[in-house]
Amino acid sequence: MGKRTVIPFGPQHPVLPEPIHLDLVIEDEKVIEAIPQIGFIHRGLEKLVETRDYQTYVNITERICGICSFGHSLGFSQTIEILMGIEIPKRAEFLRVIWHELSRIHSHLLWLGLLADAFGYENLFMQCWRLRERVLNIFEQTTGGRVILSACNVGGVLQDISDEDLRGIVQILDGLRDEYGDLLDTFLYDRSVESRLGGVGYLSKQQAEEFAIVGPFARASGVIEDVRMFGHGGYGALEDFEPVISTRGDGYARCEVRALEVLQSIDIIKELVGKMPDTPISVAVKGSPEAGSRSASRVEQPRGECYYYSRGNGTKFLDRFRIRTPTAQNVAGMVATLQGCDLADVPLNVLTIDPCISCTER
Amino acid sequence: MGSFHLTKMSFKNLFSKPATKLYPIEPPVYTPMTKGRVVVDMKECTLCSVCEKKCPSSAITVDKPGETWTLNPFACVQCYACVRVCPKDCLTMLADYTPSATKKSLVIEKKPELTPEEKAAKEAKDKEKAERVAAAMAKKAAKDAAAKAADDTK
Repeated sequence: MGKRTVIPFGPQHPVLPEPIHLDLVIEDEKVIEAIPQIGFIHRGLEKLVETRDYQTYVNITERICGICSFGHSLGFSQTIEILMGIEIPKRAEFLRVIWHELSRIHSHLLWLGLLADAFGYENLFMQCWRLRERVLNIFEQTTGGRVILSACNVGGVLQDISDEDLRGIVQILDGLRDEYGDLLDTFLYDRSVESRLGGVGYLSKQQAEEFAIVGPFARASGVIEDVRMFGHGGYGALEDFEPVISTRGDGYARCEVRALEVLQSIDIIKELVGKMPDTPISVAVKGSPEAGSRSASRVEQPRGECYYYSRGNGTKFLDRFRIRTPTAQNVAGMVATLQGCDLADVPLNVLTIDPCISCTER
Repeated sequence: MGSFHLTKMSFKNLFSKPATKLYPIEPPVYTPMTKGRVVVDMKECTLCSVCEKKCPSSAITVDKPGETWTLNPFACVQCYACVRVCPKDCLTMLADYTPSATKKSLVIEKKPELTPEEKAAKEAKDKEKAERVAAAMAKKAAKDAAAKAADDTK
């Protein structure tokens, strides 16, 4: 038995894109306990609902996180629409889902690249990010922004995509799918990837349910949990939706779930483009949420289920707005995967939950 | 399980065009939608301050008496809100970005000096408007007086 030592990990660490601190209690190169700490980039964005009216606040929700930017504006708009009883046109719902799924493709390609980089496969990292660039170009062509889209508002969407452009997007995605096939083969069937990720950071289904883990992290442990399958908004128009599930529960399974979700998102976009209705893209929103009215909604972000809550006070400012992000849930699962792992596997374990600390700290 | 799955793609990359651009030697390509920077056409602008009210980051200031329109490019978040609400369509979002600067300076646009013809046209328009207002007020006063007289007779 070796001596117990505490090794600080983060908030600045080469593998971490965002600041999270872990106190690792180490014994013989094995992690006995990991104590997480967040709070390095808290910005108090929820409090801003008291000084920014609900129409302007959409611009702030978009800036909560750079990767799930569209998802947050969608979640906020959806919550306010429920609060005020607004029904938005079908085309707006479809366009929202298309942009949201494009965000998922770009987020997953980014994560797959980061994962490849973490296990030292630089070429794979480069190829993932090369393909991701095409999705960012679609964003730029359709909304004018590459990261912050400013396309969604309360009552619908601000920008329309013409049917011709939609067909163009499908063509780009078909091209992306062809090239992505090679990357998918590498992630799923390459011996070097499997030997680095297989068995690393195992989390059982029971543990995942106990910690209420969400998103691809939960789906990789066999939990059938995906907000999209309830068919809110544009997802209701899908013929059939089956979440991507893996039962292995290790790092390889998380890689597999995210890699296959890219293909699933491409299929969703293609199906919705084929069914695109010809309606207006927004409805005029007037008035304020009633005093004491409350609403909640959920959105399946690239990292998992994100919960939004709002409470009106009769003015155009909200009384309270709350976001519970997927990483806030997943940190508990991450700590569980760290217990008993090798010190060398810590960066990989932290990465495989795809932590988004900016979202979590708001 | 196998190995070398990426070899085909890697070889293809050796003989294809690079995915990146040699910036700044090659100029960047913007789409017509790209949100770069906001410019104003002061000839058309009526200084109504709708853009100032709608700006989420308070980057625009409109000074009606001083006839200036001021933009703080460092506060602007390129949300397109001002361009969308402008009643005169005098705001435009250009695709290229604000050039980098060493000092945080404001973009101050002033109403252009009017030519003698434009001045004369404006004076004529103002005069016509004043006459229209005076006529409407006289009509309203007459109507009120008639209504009062009718009340008195009752």
